[in-house]
Amino acid sequence: MRATNAKPDLLVVLGAGQPVTGHRPWPRFVVTVETWNALLAGLAKGAWTLLGLWGEPGMVHLAVHEFETGAPGIASLPCPTGEFPSVGRWHPPAQRLERAVADLVGLQPVAGPDLRPWLDHGRWPLRHPLGSPTAPAEALPPYPFLPTEGESLHQIPVGPVHAGIIEPGHFRFTANGEAVVRLEERLGYVHKGIESLLNGATLERAARLVGRVSGDSTVAYALAFARAVEAATATEIPARAHWLRALMAELERLANHCGDIGAICNDAAFALMLAHCAVLRERVLRASVACFGHRLLMDCVIPGGVAVDLPADGVPILRALLAEMRRAFPPLVELYDNTASLQDRTANTGTLDPALVQQFGCGGVIGRAAGRAFDARREPGYPPYDQLEFEVPVRRESDVNARVWIRIREVEQSLALIEELLERLPSGPVQGALNQPGRLVEGMALVEGFRGDILLWLRLAADGTVARCHPRDPSWFQWPLLEAAIEGNIVADFPLCNKSFNCSYSGHDL
Amino acid sequence: MRKLLLQNGWRSPLTLPAPAPSEAALAELGAEVDRAARRRLGRSLAIREVDAGSCNGCELEIHALNNAFHDLERFGFHFVASPRHADVLLVTGPVTVNMREALERTYAATPDPKWVVAVGDCGRDGGVFAGGYACVGGVAEVIPVDLHIPGCPPNPMQLLEGLLALLQVVQ
Repeated sequence: MRATNAKPDLLVVLGAGQPVTGHRPWPRFVVTVETWNALLAGLAKGAWTLLGLWGEPGMVHLAVHEFETGAPGIASLPCPTGEFPSVGRWHPPAQRLERAVADLVGLQPVAGPDLRPWLDHGRWPLRHPLGSPTAPAEALPPYPFLPTEGESLHQIPVGPVHAGIIEPGHFRFTANGEAVVRLEERLGYVHKGIESLLNGATLERAARLVGRVSGDSTVAYALAFARAVEAATATEIPARAHWLRALMAELERLANHCGDIGAICNDAAFALMLAHCAVLRERVLRASVACFGHRLLMDCVIPGGVAVDLPADGVPILRALLAEMRRAFPPLVELYDNTASLQDRTANTGTLDPALVQQFGCGGVIGRAAGRAFDARREPGYPPYDQLEFEVPVRRESDVNARVWIRIREVEQSLALIEELLERLPSGPVQGALNQPGRLVEGMALVEGFRGDILLWLRLAADGTVARCHPRDPSWFQWPLLEAAIEGNIVADFPLCNKSFNCSYSGHDL
Repeated sequence: MRKLLLQNGWRSPLTLPAPAPSEAALAELGAEVDRAARRRLGRSLAIREVDAGSCNGCELEIHALNNAFHDLERFGFHFVASPRHADVLLVTGPVTVNMREALERTYAATPDPKWVVAVGDCGRDGGVFAGGYACVGGVAEVIPVDLHIPGCPPNPMQLLEGLLALLQVVQ
């Protein structure tokens, strides 16, 4: 329940800093070390949720969300000496983020609990690409994995090239017989330097780049970028554009959830579900290309609106899709529910402590399967979802089975949402002209992709090009929890647990 | 489950007719392939997919090759888990600097005769990610490439057209 008269503690703490003008829609403050430390104390106590941590030359930014008041805010700490008080020391979810800040910008977290490089594998031709780039003075030493000691323990290194058609990353398992004692992830293999490519990019190029941070969430990323640009330039877009964006976002959610439900069951050796779910996914993609010209809907959402309007035959195509999904999906749900051998694999597997989920502010299916009801479409919310009725399904078991059921319920919700969107789709233009910034302006957006909440912060130069842009994938707060979920499970259940998370490598590595 | 399986028995298949091999791909593959290699491989090619830095869009469409609409296996292609079992490396992405060595080692682990197919605009020349400090560029910058299938991402039909051209050259 949202308490409208609650004291906005976060804003009081942030308010001690200097507000930055031209930052929309939520405030940003340049803060002192004292305020910074007060924020860290609040994060450590669980008063707020960490939304993001990123840097630029001489300054580190911390985005925090206060659930009760629904008010995200950013604290920016100047770092004249190239250092900042470690956030990860008090709040573990920030550890990988601040390691990335150290790698990319060169700002060092003082007394950080983990000072190993994260994205920088010592292979780039330069160090600190987003700070003051320098040539690497010396080769980085081999990556020190965390030690594990014990007589009967053995290690299994997996990746970066995996056995399936998936993205690259390295997993270091320490096992005691069949049981996993520790999993340590090593990511960063698909780091493409997107933030650096975004610096100075035109809006058009930047939108294409951000739409390819994680290909499976292209609509959600493009939407986050567009909303941040529109916030920064104080541009209102036509109502129809909002509704078409939501239509695309729900199609994306539908396609991905169908694919994931099938793929999770396939990793429990139940290929029949994969075969049927893959057909449903393909039907969504076919409807998408027929309506908007791209199977994954890439480059369809642009700053100012959407690139393509729904054609005249779009509504019947989508209604036929809905009818087919409603015919074909329930028997699959029944199949899942009634196959004991499959449930035997998914129930009580990969169970996650709900307290960890809360602490990490873990969003998406993983969060909602562990009792965390957060959904950015609701809170802080954005149009047209404020005018639509939908439920945010929540379960508490926090195992693979619960993650499958959340996906099933979200498929049903997305079908209902698409129906409602089609019924009430406003007419009118689908694009509006963006206001010219004329000076430095900043914007941010929080958007719910199929995987969870995507944060995007940007600064536009006076000429409308991107001065700095930071997209934060939901996976940043989900990958670490996979390490926790797998503990005590057998090695053979790792693919199942991993698929039930379905974190993005590309979105995380950026 | 029985009902679902039975229904599939009398429903007509969803599988689409095979597309013609891509002319562009045939032209690129033009070079004669060793006769002995062709005999050995017959009508079966084992594919190892390697993501060398993609945004995962190409992977989604490669996955779609296996669904009932496209049914890649009817052509004798199948995906394998190890490069040591592979005849074809299907490589996506602008090769990132951090993935370069892994790609080289995967190529080295693949027995001869082998073919490399670079998938997507990124696999051709780095695509939208070209030019940064973190990407090497196209796949051909790192390992020899026999065929490029462009697109962002290429749809399953485009992937099929390219792979069928490869099959024709190999046979």
